[in-house]
Amino acid sequence: MLNTHALFGNRWLLASALLLLPFVLQPFGNAWIRIADMSLLYVLLALGLNIVVGYAGLLDLGYVAFFAVGAYLFGLLASPHLTDAFPWIATLFSDGLHLSLWMVLPLAAGVAALFGIVLGAPTLKLRGDYLAIVTLGFGEIIRVFLNNLDQPVNITNGPKGIGSIDAVSVFGHPLSKRLDLGFMEIPSVTLYYYLFLLLVVVSVLVCHRLENSRIGRAWMAIREDEIAAKAMGLNTRNLKLMAFGMGATFGGISGAMFAAFQGFVSPESFSLMESVMIVAMVVLGGLGHLPGVILGAVLLAALPEALRYVAGPLQEMTGGRLDAAILRQLLISLAMVGVMLWRPSGLWPKPEHGKRLQSVEGHDA
Amino acid sequence: MLSQHVLQVAGVSKRFGGLQALNDVHLNIERGQVYGLIGPNGAGKTTFFNVITGLYPADSGSFVLADQPYQPKDVHLVAKAGIARTFQNIRLFADMTALENVMVARHVRTHSGLLGAIFRTKSFKQEEKEIAERAHELLAYVGIDTLADIKARTLSYGDQRRLEIARALATDPQLLALDEPAAGMNATEKVQLRALIDKIRHDHRTVLLIEHDVKLVMGLCDRVTVLDEGQVIAEGTPAHVQRDARVMQAYLGTAQV
Repeated sequence: MLNTHALFGNRWLLASALLLLPFVLQPFGNAWIRIADMSLLYVLLALGLNIVVGYAGLLDLGYVAFFAVGAYLFGLLASPHLTDAFPWIATLFSDGLHLSLWMVLPLAAGVAALFGIVLGAPTLKLRGDYLAIVTLGFGEIIRVFLNNLDQPVNITNGPKGIGSIDAVSVFGHPLSKRLDLGFMEIPSVTLYYYLFLLLVVVSVLVCHRLENSRIGRAWMAIREDEIAAKAMGLNTRNLKLMAFGMGATFGGISGAMFAAFQGFVSPESFSLMESVMIVAMVVLGGLGHLPGVILGAVLLAALPEALRYVAGPLQEMTGGRLDAAILRQLLISLAMVGVMLWRPSGLWPKPEHGKRLQSVEGHDA
Repeated sequence: MLSQHVLQVAGVSKRFGGLQALNDVHLNIERGQVYGLIGPNGAGKTTFFNVITGLYPADSGSFVLADQPYQPKDVHLVAKAGIARTFQNIRLFADMTALENVMVARHVRTHSGLLGAIFRTKSFKQEEKEIAERAHELLAYVGIDTLADIKARTLSYGDQRRLEIARALATDPQLLALDEPAAGMNATEKVQLRALIDKIRHDHRTVLLIEHDVKLVMGLCDRVTVLDEGQVIAEGTPAHVQRDARVMQAYLGTAQV
């Protein structure tokens, strides 16, 4: 709590920096704003997973499943795919399926939460490594389903994915089009940046409030000692399901935004590697500590993109023998090994309340 | 009006494979008592404790808690029903502060949910305030209120024991069950623990004390039950139990002639 205060202490500085960021990045090209957009989506994912892993202590290696659920939900409900594949749906919606943002957000949150609870329920008695392996399996199951549900009825369009997904519209303006303010034009990526930023701010607020609440404390008690938590009367089953569900909502919202932003979803965006990356973000930044989790997400989401520009020259130097993709993974792995060696509890872990230690002496006297 | 009895247990048996761990154990704890349950190693004290706190299902037996029939089945319902426990090997929420540890235990007596927390409703704020106040009170009660913001992990051994008792008291228990609270304590800490349990009794709370330290039990308890090999071999006031031939036999062995 202390540290979040430190973070929000100069909140005006932080807020203006975040608001101006797209204009700073603009001269370097829209690609950079795009990286910022993706980073924000990853922050959203990391915040959600932090509820499950950081607060409740349930190691979930299949978190990307909820991202996929949100993305496909929006993909299906805001693209011509369903109306093309099922004539009866086309007759129901003569203008095609087009969901507005205000429908998408609660729907994605709700459906993902439902998936979180359904996938969480069978794992309730598992802990640690076993839980990780089962959730990993569930994550893969979702992806395999998406990959194969084009037969016998074409629901997900299989590996080809779903295209021409509508962009999100805010007050009638589709974010895929640049906004003309008269004196200046704001490009689409910047508009998305502000939408995602808003979602992240709301999510941080929600997480922060959960952390300092009856439910949040109960989650942390389960993380610390499940047997003692039960003995204190906590219904660990319901609380764990609540954590799975709550965490999944963030994944669902992030997924829906991802689908709208990209305009295209396919199963390959939701591989195991994505789940591993999200876990890495949470752990690298500092489990259960919001500023740390955000830092971890931004670093791991933006770093690979930034390294793209470093990888190019290095590749030329080695005569093309170093593949850019491999090099990026190598550098990230190195960075992570370094963090594990030198900062085992994450880059920005929860403070140890060291400042109040003088009261210990007072007690002993 | 509540009756005199807090916990009435009769005919409790528990078998683990070929081992009859508990055999027809009975126990009657009255309100305001400090009740001791003693016995040599392997007598079944901890098994009995785990049965009444719902960790092991009993094979047979009847339980009445504060005049309500009580079936210790789900561990998490035990605290709600009114039995709070501590652990022989301290089990605190190590990475949470002392205050948070106690606040967690208020969970069973409070209600606010996710939405209340997210929207910070009026009732949520009110409840949070009450939880924090009660937790501070309890920390002060066991004498560690100055350590409220210290992580439980870094507290001294004696303070961790105290915190565990404060945490258990936070569930507003009918019966406070202490599982070997003096284990691993030095002489000074034992004296302090004794004073604390005395204070708890003084406030008309009921305590079930499972203990190895016979001296502590004899000095503190109003009534004592002695278990040996899963059976009650003696029951009564400490002075009475101390003179019981079977108790001496169980603790010291029989004379070999």
